Amino acid sequence: MATERWFYIGIGILLLFAAAALLAPALAPHDATRQDLANDLVSYSIQHPLGTDKLGRDILSRLIYGARISLTVGLATVALSVAIGLVIGSLSGYFGSWVDQLLMRLVDILMAFPGILLAIAFTAVLGPGLDHVVLALCLIGWTGYARLVRGEILSLRERDFIQAARALGCKPSRTILHHLVPNLLPPLVIQATFGLAAAIIAEGSLSFLGLGVEPPTPSWGAMLNEGRQFLLVAPHLTAYPGIAIMLTVLALNLVGDGLQQKLEPHDH
Amino acid sequence: MPAVVRRYLLRRLALLLPTLLGALTLVFFLIHAVPGDPVEVMLGETAGAADKEELRRSLGLDQPVYTQYRNFLAGVVTGELGQSLYEQSGVAELIRARLPATFELALCALLVAILLSFPLALLAATKRGTWRDRGALLFSLVGLSMPNFWLGPLLIILFSIQLGWLPVSGRAGLANLILPSLTLGLGMAAILTRILRASLLRVRNEDYVQAARAKGVSETQVWLKHMLRNALLPVITIMSLQFGSLLAGAVITETIFSWPGIGRLTIQAIQTRDYPLVQGCVLAIAVSYIFVNFVTDIFYRLADPRITYGD
Repeated sequence: MATERWFYIGIGILLLFAAAALLAPALAPHDATRQDLANDLVSYSIQHPLGTDKLGRDILSRLIYGARISLTVGLATVALSVAIGLVIGSLSGYFGSWVDQLLMRLVDILMAFPGILLAIAFTAVLGPGLDHVVLALCLIGWTGYARLVRGEILSLRERDFIQAARALGCKPSRTILHHLVPNLLPPLVIQATFGLAAAIIAEGSLSFLGLGVEPPTPSWGAMLNEGRQFLLVAPHLTAYPGIAIMLTVLALNLVGDGLQQKLEPHDH
Repeated sequence: MPAVVRRYLLRRLALLLPTLLGALTLVFFLIHAVPGDPVEVMLGETAGAADKEELRRSLGLDQPVYTQYRNFLAGVVTGELGQSLYEQSGVAELIRARLPATFELALCALLVAILLSFPLALLAATKRGTWRDRGALLFSLVGLSMPNFWLGPLLIILFSIQLGWLPVSGRAGLANLILPSLTLGLGMAAILTRILRASLLRVRNEDYVQAARAKGVSETQVWLKHMLRNALLPVITIMSLQFGSLLAGAVITETIFSWPGIGRLTIQAIQTRDYPLVQGCVLAIAVSYIFVNFVTDIFYRLADPRITYGD
């Protein structure tokens, strides 16, 4: 099946980037922050296969280290958002009544606010830094997971096995962790895959606006922003980090689509 | 107006108020989230004590938080958003001057999205399984994966630098609108192509479509009049949800193309640490976003009588 093939292509690309991020010190041919002003804006050479930037830093090495930033921020944002969403959504769905009303109104209010704008505003006042980026992206990021978890729990709550667990005197925490969570994992994993793609684009956007990581830390978004000033003389500065972000997000979308077909085939 | 519609409108309105209050509260606390002394951050450490006190007083930061909050809300209601630190005019005037450019860009991006997605989705659905269908799906996948902060520079390289057809930046005429609208609208075009194709394929086997064919209606008419019209509902839902996001997404597109809208004003204010202006801009975009979503939601529910009002 075509989707199956694309799913594995997506997994392959992701593994490649994950390997680059994990093995960055071994793979990068140069120090990603070392300046070499005599060799600035080189488009291609044996020492620098993807060229150098304005400060003579090796683009390939910066791309490899940039994978670390993108994937770390993306994974941290998704992990934290899923954790918060799981807790809030479970409480809301399991207990219902006023707890549900209160938490879901909070979700409604936060979801009505454009996420990327809030992230821009908060990183602008908090100052640059990886932790601030993750925090800013989680501010609204958890709401989608909370709503998903709540909806799933509402439909699972009335099923026989949950009723049986309750009748046998299972504590709410045990019912949620041992009986409900395993059943809502598939939709959560699918949403988290697309969420990871969104978080990577959001990190890139913030770094592009100068609100992400602090220089000279290499980040794909920041590299694009630096390259923007040299579009005419050195378009490669813009091309490579853009390709890296696009490939990662494309791979995540392929994997997300594939997972959706594998785990929730009835929805298609 | 039927009672059920009136009840729905009232309920939607009742939800709008806490949503707006929530957004205002978030924006209010922005300036309080500044680590350390916001006045020192804005003026720099070398500023004199008198200047700092003056700014603190003019921003009302010397008052208790609840008084500041009350004054802030009162200011929003009366349209008084304070004074920019560096521009010689009020925050509200600066925003009023920039908002039309942002709405113009968002509307053109929406137009681009419709013009690209509708023919592509129709082509994909009518030629299902062929290379045309796969091409449309590939366009959709690539469009979804391409961040606008990369697409913008790519379009500049191709159309402004290499071909010299279109201007790089500014807002001087229709030609200036093309690249920013493409940059902002492509993501939405990708989503709409996907949704409309799926929706067309879903209605393909409905009875009314078979009936139209049996009556001898031409194939073009079947697709355009019978199928497209009925497949549009999920597309309109997504379109109404996404239009608000175009306003927020304009921040990056406007920065790339130096488009003089409110998004660029926000980034300029962030760069100069003009926090009253940052606060005003974020407020204006968020409130526009909430109102646009509110109006499109109401409009879309009223336009389609089949939608229930229960949820």
